[in-house]
Amino acid sequence: MSLHVDEMTGLAGRTGFLTEAGARRIEAALLPLAALVAGMAVFALFLALLGKSPAEFYALVFKAGFGTAFSWTNTLTRAAPLLLAALCVALPARLGLVIIGGEGAIVLGGVAAGAVAMLMPGLPASVGIALMALAGMAVGGFWIGAVGALRHLRGVNETISSLLMAYIAIALMNHLIEGPLRDPASLNKPSTAPLPEAWRIGEMPGIGVHWGLAFGILACILAFVLIERTTVGFAARIVGGNVRAAEIQGLPAGTLAIGFTALGGAFAGLAGMVEVAAIHGSANASLAAGYGYTGILIAFLARHNGLAIIPAAILFAGIEASSGLVQRRMDLPDATVLVLEGMVFIAILLSDTLQGRIRFLAFLERRLR
Amino acid sequence: MSDDIGLWGVPLAILGGAIRVSTPFIFVSIGECLTERSGRINLGLEGTLVFGAMSGYAVAYHTGSPWLGTLAAAFAGLLFGLLHGWICRLPRVNDIAIGIALMIFGTGLAFFFGKPYVQPVAPDLPAIPLGFWSSLPQVQAALNVNVLFLAGIVLAFATAWMLKNTRVGLTIRVAGDSADAARALGIDVNRVRLWSTAAGGALAGVGGAYLSLYYPGSWNEGISSGQGLMAVALVIFARWNPVNCLYASLLFGGAGALGPALQSVGVTSGYYLFYAAPYVLTLGLLVATSSRSRAMPSAPGELSIVK
Repeated sequence: MSLHVDEMTGLAGRTGFLTEAGARRIEAALLPLAALVAGMAVFALFLALLGKSPAEFYALVFKAGFGTAFSWTNTLTRAAPLLLAALCVALPARLGLVIIGGEGAIVLGGVAAGAVAMLMPGLPASVGIALMALAGMAVGGFWIGAVGALRHLRGVNETISSLLMAYIAIALMNHLIEGPLRDPASLNKPSTAPLPEAWRIGEMPGIGVHWGLAFGILACILAFVLIERTTVGFAARIVGGNVRAAEIQGLPAGTLAIGFTALGGAFAGLAGMVEVAAIHGSANASLAAGYGYTGILIAFLARHNGLAIIPAAILFAGIEASSGLVQRRMDLPDATVLVLEGMVFIAILLSDTLQGRIRFLAFLERRLR
Repeated sequence: MSDDIGLWGVPLAILGGAIRVSTPFIFVSIGECLTERSGRINLGLEGTLVFGAMSGYAVAYHTGSPWLGTLAAAFAGLLFGLLHGWICRLPRVNDIAIGIALMIFGTGLAFFFGKPYVQPVAPDLPAIPLGFWSSLPQVQAALNVNVLFLAGIVLAFATAWMLKNTRVGLTIRVAGDSADAARALGIDVNRVRLWSTAAGGALAGVGGAYLSLYYPGSWNEGISSGQGLMAVALVIFARWNPVNCLYASLLFGGAGALGPALQSVGVTSGYYLFYAAPYVLTLGLLVATSSRSRAMPSAPGELSIVK
C-alpha cells in the first residue's frame, strides 16, 4: 500500500530496458500470483496427507468452475456479489483502513431493497429497480461510512468496529425479516414479500448471467479509475502512505476516510440488492452467505487494485462454485474451500515479506548491461 | 415453597448467564491481553477459539476425559499462536491482516475436521453446585459454577500479579512499550512476542473448549458467535489490565444472557435485537473509550492499533 516517490513523479532511474519502477510493477504482479500457487500447493500437500488426491481435487474445481459453458454461467453469477464485496475492502484499504465487515452492508443492502419492493410495489419496474439499487447503496454506504466516521472522529479501530457492525447487521436483518418486514406467506423461511416479477434483474443477452455481473465489473473499473487516475485517488493513496504527512500537506484525511468507506459500503450494499433482485427474489437469511468474507481474500489477492479484483473474484467464484461437486465426488466436508482460502490468504500475506527483494530483476539487468 | 419467583427470574437468569457466558470471554481476553502487552495484536483468536472448541470436543469424545480435551484445545491454540507469532516476526507483515487470515484458516480447519463430531456426545466438564443452600431451582441453576470459571478468576489475578511483579512480566511489558528499550536491555523482542502470542492462543483454545464441553456443551459450526473477536475489543475497554478483563467479561456475559433471560419470562418481541446486545455494548464501549487526539492511557506503546 505504500507509495514510492519515484513512481509518483515518474522520475524512476532508467538503467536500461527495464526501469526501477517497471521492475517493481512486474514484482507487484508476480508476487501475488506466486503466493496463490504456493497456497494451492500447500493445500495439495494437505489433501495428500489426508489420503485424498490433489490432482482429482483441482481437476474437479476446474471442471465445475470453468470447464463448460454451464459452469462459467454459474461461476460468473457467483462472481457478481464477490466483485462488489471485494471493493468494500479494497477502496478503504488504499487509505490504510482494514475493513472486514462488508457482510453487514451486503445483508442490510439486500433488506433495504426488499423493503422498497414491499412498501412501494405499485411503481413502474424501471423506477422500482433504480430505487432498490439506490436504497441498497444508501444503507450499505451509511453502514460502512459510519465505520470510517467512527475512525476519523473517535479513533475507533475500523477492523474491530466493522466486524462488530456486521454481527449487529445480521441481528437487525433477522429482526426485520422475522418481524416488521415479514411476509405472512413465508412460512418456513421468513422473508420479505416476493419482488414483483418485472422488478427482477434479468439475464444479459447471450451469456445467461444476470446484469449484476455488469454492475460489478463496471464498479471495479470505476474504482480503478478513481484510485489510479484522479486527484482524489492520488490524495487517498498519499493518505494511505502516511497520514501525518498528508495532513501536513492539507489533504482532508478524514473526509477521504469517510468518503471511501461509504463508497465501499455502497458497493457492498449494491451486492445485497443484486442478490435480492437477481437470485433470491426477496430478502431473507440467505443474504448472509459469506460473500463479505471471501471479498476480503479477493481484495488482498488483488492488492486492492480494482482491475485485478476482476480475475481474482472470478477465480474464487469458480472455486466456491465447485464446492458441491468436490463434496460429493471426493467425500470432503463443505469447509474444504474455506481451508484452501485460509492457506492462500496466509501465503499472500507472507509474500509481502518478499516485497522489494525481487528487485534482483533490475539488479540482474544492470549487471548484464 | 413456590417455584414461581416471577420477574426475579430475570436478574437471576442474567447472573447465572453472566457466569456461564463470561468464561470463554475471560480466557480469550486474558490471552489477548498478554499478547497485546507484548506489543502485538492477534485478531485470529476467533479462529483459535473455534478450533479449540472442535479439538477439545474431539479429544474428550475419544478419550472420555473432558480435561484431556481442554489440554488438547490449549495445545492447538498454542500452535496457532506460534504460527501467528512466527509469521509476524518477518519484515513488512501486518499483524492485523495475518489475524484475519488465521481467523478464516482456523475456522475452516475446525469445520473441516469437526464434521464427524457434530453428532457424537462428549463428556462435559464438571460444575460445582454453589447454590446448594437454596431450595429454589433457579438459584441452584444460576450458581452451578463450572471449574473453569473459577480457574479464570484465579488466572486474572495471577496474570496481573505476574505482569506487575515478575521478571517475565517486566520483559513482556518492556517489549510491548518500547522495542528499542527492550533491545537495549538485550531482550529478544520477537521471541518475547512469539511466546506471548502462543500463550494467548493457548488460553483462547481453553475458552473454546469451554464452549463445546460445558456451555452450550456441544460441537457445531455455529458454536462461536464472535466471542474471540469481541474479546479483542474487550481488552481495549479493560485498558490492558487482566483484572479489568475479568470484570468486563462478566459484563459481556450478562449482556449476552439478556435475550434468553427475557425470553424465559415470556418477552419474545425483539428477540433478535437482544441478541445484538453484546455487540452493541462492545461497540458503544469502544466508541466511548477511544479518543481521536491522544493515545489511549495505559496502552502498550508498540501496539499497531493505537499508534
